[in-house]
Amino acid sequence: MNMEYKMGSYNVIVVGAGHAGCEAALAAARMGMRTLILAINLESVAMMPCNPAIGGTGKGHLVKEIDALGGEMGINIDKTFIQSRMLNTAKGPAVHSLRAQADKNKYHLEMKKTLERQEGLDLKQGEVTDIIIEDGIVRGVKMRTHGYYEADAVILATGTFLGGKIFIGSSAYESGPSGLAPSTILAENLKGHGLDMRRFKTGTPARALASSLDFSKMQIQEGDEKIVPFSFLNDELKADQVPCYLTYTNEETHRIIRENFSRSALFGGQIEGVGPRYCPSIEDKINRFADRKRHQLFVEPEGLDTEEMYIQGMSTSLPEDVQQQFYSSIEGLENLEISRPGYAIEYDCIDPQTLKASLEHRQIENLFCAGQFNGSSGYEEAAAQGLMAGINSVLKIRGDEPFVLGRDEAYIGVLIDDLVFKGTNEPYRIMTSRAEYRLLLRQDNADERLTEKSYRLGLATEERYNKYLEKIRIIEEEIKRLESTKVAPGDANELLESCGTAPISGKTALSELIKRPDLGYEVLAPIDSGRPELPPLLGDQVEVRIKYEGYIGKQLERVEKAKRLESKKLPSNICYGDIDGLRIEARQKLDALKPETLGQASRISGVSPADINVLLIYMESNRRKTE
Amino acid sequence: MEDTIAAVCTAYGEGGIGIVRMSGENAREIFSRIFSRFDSAEPRKLTYGEIVDPDSGEKIDEVLAVFMPAPHTYTTEDVVEIDCHGSIVSLRKILSLCLSQGARLAEKGEFTKRAFLGGRLDLSQAEAVIDIIKAKTDRGFGAAMNQLDGALSKEIRNIRKELLDILVEVSVSIDYPDEDIEQVTYEKLEAGLVLAKEKVETLLSSSSSGRIIREGLDVAIIGKPNVGKSSLMNALLKESRAIVTDIPGTTRDTIQESISIDGIPVRLTDTAGIRTTEDEIEKIGIERSKMSADNSDLVIFIVDTSLPLSDEDRDIMKALAGRKVIILANKQDLDTTVSLDEISGLMPEALVIPTSLSLGEGVRDMEEAITSLVLEGKVSQDSSLLVTNVRHESLLKSARDALADALAITEICEPPEIIEIDINRAYEFLGEIIGEEVNDDIINEVFRRFCLGK
Repeated sequence: MNMEYKMGSYNVIVVGAGHAGCEAALAAARMGMRTLILAINLESVAMMPCNPAIGGTGKGHLVKEIDALGGEMGINIDKTFIQSRMLNTAKGPAVHSLRAQADKNKYHLEMKKTLERQEGLDLKQGEVTDIIIEDGIVRGVKMRTHGYYEADAVILATGTFLGGKIFIGSSAYESGPSGLAPSTILAENLKGHGLDMRRFKTGTPARALASSLDFSKMQIQEGDEKIVPFSFLNDELKADQVPCYLTYTNEETHRIIRENFSRSALFGGQIEGVGPRYCPSIEDKINRFADRKRHQLFVEPEGLDTEEMYIQGMSTSLPEDVQQQFYSSIEGLENLEISRPGYAIEYDCIDPQTLKASLEHRQIENLFCAGQFNGSSGYEEAAAQGLMAGINSVLKIRGDEPFVLGRDEAYIGVLIDDLVFKGTNEPYRIMTSRAEYRLLLRQDNADERLTEKSYRLGLATEERYNKYLEKIRIIEEEIKRLESTKVAPGDANELLESCGTAPISGKTALSELIKRPDLGYEVLAPIDSGRPELPPLLGDQVEVRIKYEGYIGKQLERVEKAKRLESKKLPSNICYGDIDGLRIEARQKLDALKPETLGQASRISGVSPADINVLLIYMESNRRKTE
Repeated sequence: MEDTIAAVCTAYGEGGIGIVRMSGENAREIFSRIFSRFDSAEPRKLTYGEIVDPDSGEKIDEVLAVFMPAPHTYTTEDVVEIDCHGSIVSLRKILSLCLSQGARLAEKGEFTKRAFLGGRLDLSQAEAVIDIIKAKTDRGFGAAMNQLDGALSKEIRNIRKELLDILVEVSVSIDYPDEDIEQVTYEKLEAGLVLAKEKVETLLSSSSSGRIIREGLDVAIIGKPNVGKSSLMNALLKESRAIVTDIPGTTRDTIQESISIDGIPVRLTDTAGIRTTEDEIEKIGIERSKMSADNSDLVIFIVDTSLPLSDEDRDIMKALAGRKVIILANKQDLDTTVSLDEISGLMPEALVIPTSLSLGEGVRDMEEAITSLVLEGKVSQDSSLLVTNVRHESLLKSARDALADALAITEICEPPEIIEIDINRAYEFLGEIIGEEVNDDIINEVFRRFCLGK
């Protein structure tokens, strides 16, 4: 007989210490909960088993939002980045996206240190093998070592460890990411509890030693001179940046890969998991886009204290001999020495449609889920959900209303709303095109959208909140000044003409001039004598607000319209099967997904506008009957 | 208050008076823009005045109109009611004007729904409201779709495909700036948008001549071979500047054409190819004429007055008893053997018009006769068809305006994510016409067409 023993009791227990788990645990602890975070191996805390970068389009927005809400990812990457770039600067401010190369090991160490030093948070190594459920409520977790912990709430953030299986060529074996131990017992037990599990797949390229590569044959890609921090707490960052390199595959590379299709795990039929379309392996790219003559790849440093380089754009599950062959066929990689082969990894995750918008499981109370476990992909997507699951676990324990962000408030809102109400058939990645209100959800204004909320939740610190208030004050003051400062044609026209824009005939407000496509805040400095010294980046924000006022206003109007449905709450005890007038498909979907508002209901596929009208009438009838 | 809805709330073509109703937050403001005597109109009092298109200055109709402020109205919102002539033309124009000024076409039962939600109707009526909504669900969109001309939905799909291509390129360039993909240029954007906008405009111009949707008066043209049916068709088609040629009918021998007569959409059905050499076939010919007449609102029966009336002519006239019929006494330019009185005597309820169709004479008289029959409400139309048409037209207009906005900001080189908003709106408006749901079109297309990712 296994003798079970109690190891301790916590308010919140987080299973997994990846990017989701870390945010979840920190948020819960910072909101005053006694919190435990468990990882199979403490060397894997905030591990980056795939690309050595944080941010990018959409993802950079998520990190800014996580930061604005008092999360850790932005602060941690600001401490450990080795190159920073603002993407999309040729386009408008709404889609500027920040991306930074991370020193992977430092990123891990810094985050681990933060967890260790967080008051109220315990970080422990241990494998969770089961969750304890009593009367439909989660009560704790069981450990591999036969101990158990009691908890008021449990957050599952198991990533690719859960039921993990690695594929390289014809070889397939149970494993977590990067050779770490997988979590197989928990995978089985979760299915036993009736969780609706499925299998997804992802992959990663090989790592090669820098000393074996010829960078002179590649294009160099440097970081930005002016570094924009991820965290709103940081004004300016300085760092010695290291470059990345760009090179291309060629027809020889493609020939080698094509001739070895039969040896790829991907085409061998061993893999049952569904992979993401936006993250295809190189064999997938060559198979599906046969007419492409070349594919680009970036060679990126994994850190400052290692020779290992990441070969971005070339993930593969071909056998190692083929990997060596095709990588070496690429310019600059001729003599490459592979330190770790590329692989595909399959893992268990839950159907996110079985979760509420708070990320709590619909059937098992106080069980929250986050990250890849929910069918997403990416460090940033995971961290965002982790943070929200952490916050909501605390609110649930306190008996407070859940904290749900709208699609008009944050990419985090879009991400979770999509997962929970639309569902996903592949690992879900955020994209700016998934957001309806892209102009409102800018990376520069994430604090304006979210910090107030977070402060009220008791998560954003006093320091963060005051900094945000001060920023708003400065921006608004400066906009007012620009609106009331008028320049005369004699003073302005020389500059205007040199910028290729029409001269003015009478006194004109500076704010009017900023609106012109050829002009901006910085450009007008010479004719704006009373301009105050603004903190870094705030000039850009003043410009965005003035320049895009009209477009932003239009989006706000659309938001207002959509709010009419969003604000109408649906009672949780509603029995859709009994509502006459709903179509059968709508009844089934609504019963399964139990949306909390009419807005959420309207986004479920299979629920028509007529069904929404029927619900409106039904709710009004009910309201009157109970009056 | 909710957004502003508008609808015709009387039956079409039936009575002498029709009512267009608006309800919602902008009802008053729209009313102020289209009613000539808004300034002197008191709330809750019918005021005589004119409905005028504020953009073109065109006077649309003389009306009695009333503004009723919230909350003591049927819907508990601001409500405007415009009493106008019951003719389809007048109703359609006033409704279209309300829509182009910012109202949205009401869903079936939507006024009642608002009345209920506003507490106007008692609980026992809830079920009735749901029934109305349900009826829409069951028949609703599918039926509306059937009314859509195949050529139209095909063209809309084409335009949407082109817009999707643009949207996909914009999306890729925004979400994948680091990829080895050509970035979308303003020149390319502009070219694509100009093309799409032109196509929408072509559809719109044809919609005003009634070509787009199978809305309109169904008119059957009946007569023996060589009595002048094709001359009549040609004369009518030439005038109406048709853009779509022969639409094959459901039977091999039927030709359908849509035209516009004085702004009234008319669908002509020509039962061609009747041969009368054998008794058997003759019978089929009469049967077919009868069937065609049964499916139409109005029958135009052509007789050749240079020949004596045949038994067949008399049989057809008998079969047409009780229907709205205009008889064209054709070939007046030749020696006539049949008098107009003789024809009238056989079918006293029919209107007889002398014509020489091969010379184009009498065509105008016939058109006027059709117009006055409609305006006097003597022939009726299916009201759901009119609603469909107005809906499509207003969506086409919205799509055109969105594309015009997109073009304007493309010309001044605003960033692509701002231009994308208007292109996306146009894409959605067009999708609404053909009943396409909002979905992940763009993202799916991005991954189908481009090789992206790490």
